[in-house]
Amino acid sequence: MEPIRTHRGRAAVLNRINVDTDQIIPKQFLKRIERTGFGEFLFYDWRYRSDGSLNPDFELNKPEAEGASVLLADHNFGCGSSREHAPWALLDYGFQVIIAPSFADIFYNNCVKNGILPIRLPEIQVYALMEQVMAGHTEVEADLAAQTVGLVGGERFSFAMDAHWRNMLLNGWDEIALTMQLEEQIAAYERRQVIG
Amino acid sequence: MRDKPRTIIEKIWDAHTIAVEEGKPDLLYIDLHMVHEVTSPQAFEGLRGAGRTVRRPELTFATMDHNVPTVERTHIRDPISRLQVDTLTRNCQEFGIELADLNSPDNGIVHIIGPELGLTQPGKTIVCGDSHTSTHGAFGALAFGIGTSEVEHVLATQALWQAKPKTLQVKVSGELGPGITAKDVILGIIATYGVNFGAGHIIEFTGEAIRGMTMEERMTICNMSIEAGAKAGLISPDETTFAYLEGRPRVPKGAAFAEAVESWRQLATDEGAAFDRTVELDAAVLQPRVTWGTNPSQGIGIHETIPDPTQAQTPADKKSIEQALAYMGLPAGGKLTDVKVDHVFIGSCTNARISDLRAAAAVVKGRRVAAGVRALVVPGSQRVKAQAEAEKLDEIFEAAGFEWRESGCSMCLSMNPDFVPAGERCASTSNRNFEGRQGKGARTHLVSPAMAAAAAIAGTFVDVREFLAKEAN
Ligand code: SF4
Repeated sequence: MEPIRTHRGRAAVLNRINVDTDQIIPKQFLKRIERTGFGEFLFYDWRYRSDGSLNPDFELNKPEAEGASVLLADHNFGCGSSREHAPWALLDYGFQVIIAPSFADIFYNNCVKNGILPIRLPEIQVYALMEQVMAGHTEVEADLAAQTVGLVGGERFSFAMDAHWRNMLLNGWDEIALTMQLEEQIAAYERRQVIG
Repeated sequence: MRDKPRTIIEKIWDAHTIAVEEGKPDLLYIDLHMVHEVTSPQAFEGLRGAGRTVRRPELTFATMDHNVPTVERTHIRDPISRLQVDTLTRNCQEFGIELADLNSPDNGIVHIIGPELGLTQPGKTIVCGDSHTSTHGAFGALAFGIGTSEVEHVLATQALWQAKPKTLQVKVSGELGPGITAKDVILGIIATYGVNFGAGHIIEFTGEAIRGMTMEERMTICNMSIEAGAKAGLISPDETTFAYLEGRPRVPKGAAFAEAVESWRQLATDEGAAFDRTVELDAAVLQPRVTWGTNPSQGIGIHETIPDPTQAQTPADKKSIEQALAYMGLPAGGKLTDVKVDHVFIGSCTNARISDLRAAAAVVKGRRVAAGVRALVVPGSQRVKAQAEAEKLDEIFEAAGFEWRESGCSMCLSMNPDFVPAGERCASTSNRNFEGRQGKGARTHLVSPAMAAAAAIAGTFVDVREFLAKEAN
């Protein structure tokens, strides 16, 4: 996993509540056995019309959203199915930071494991950012080391993140390798169960 | 001094903590890891790439369910689906994992077969790369869905880093009226408190209505905990739990069973244990429920009217009602009993166990599916199917004009060939009415098996209680 310390990029707004992972990546694209190549299917049913052409009304198809790497979303983003294909698709499309007032639990974890930075901010701050981005101030900067995020040249907001996950992201660590170093403790736990 | 009273959630959590370090999530030991074909291939590939093995293959159990055709189940025509299923077979062989493949009598939907085989037991930590893993919580297990990276982590280490969630008690008081089912209860809870109210929490369902439920009903309740945003949902085990488990293939026998029951009894939440939060629902006031929108909280009792966005409390509510009604093609302020259905799907890990099929068959018996309605029954597992056939339920369904299929996830998410065409409407016993879930543009209404069966016969949504009373006269 690539370490992520700071990120600067253009933000796009997805102003919908309860966006579920069935929307982020519909089931017909879950049959692949690779981790890559999901970006072209991101938000498929919203992004494309039934004849396969781009839907010009969809937020991410607007010219101002082109090349966006920061997604501003609403409450309960990523709810529903546990499919990790959702963060794979977001990452493959180019999103590295997602900012929302709340995330579904499994989705949040799945982001962290794939090097996407999920940022929880109070609703009022997210909506303020959305307004500014829609008004044309689209450059957002996130600093994971300092745990702040905001528009370039604008106010910075602090965000909270579990220290463990933050370290993982900052260092791009392989979590499995780290856990395997605790083999002795895992084996000791197993011995206690057998005896107990 | 007596220990501080604890909830079942804390008891299981504490008993599975391998390492606790300040400022870190806990490292939890995992007792049972269920695997299916959709969320596992990249995890096995990751192991292979890093030269790692599966640490405890005997604590891992695999099935194939999502891609399975319900007609000629071993004949998967879609090459990408077939590759995914074949990949699981190959991975299970290579890593030494037991697999209930398409020819196995144990095959079925992952959350149906775990309990059926007795793999699911009280006090266990259970994970699966599938959000409805919460189903197993009905047995007093701590069961939750994980992503594919976590699947790989559990395969390699049999453990998982987890921040301890808060505890949430959902107390369901009162007695269920006749014709009111567990599905109506859980849909009622989610409609009352919203799709996000469980976020960051593990739910314990308590109260007399829950105590009075069978194991199959409790599974329906816990199954949909994730639709409330909860990490997991569980129910303290009791005599009902033990009676269900006794004699199941993977459950200890004889003296070992008695011993297991003794330790399972200790798991129940202690008198006086504190929860971080408690919410309540009076089951006695529930009507049979139907969802009208595009998330599971957007539902009403069959006699209530479809919401009108102009009456919404907030602009956000107004917008979400408008969006949902537009997608669903429903009139604001209309009645569900005027809404015609095109498809009926009785299936999924929420409602495709034997008691669900019996409940639906009781409504269908001696009647005919309405003209223009396509109705499917997809049992949750091959065992459920065999049991239903032994009881001749298949004959009742087929005589009424239902299609009787092989088991699998089927039209719950339509990764296999079964789907609802765009703009058509389906009364479904599954758990998600998300846009496009049953097919692009498909309109899904979540209901109980009895309500789905009644809709198939009537051709519109009806109150199954009135429907049966009227037909009896
Ligand atoms: S039946 Fe539906 S919800 Fe259950 S495991 Fe299958 S796809 Fe998921």
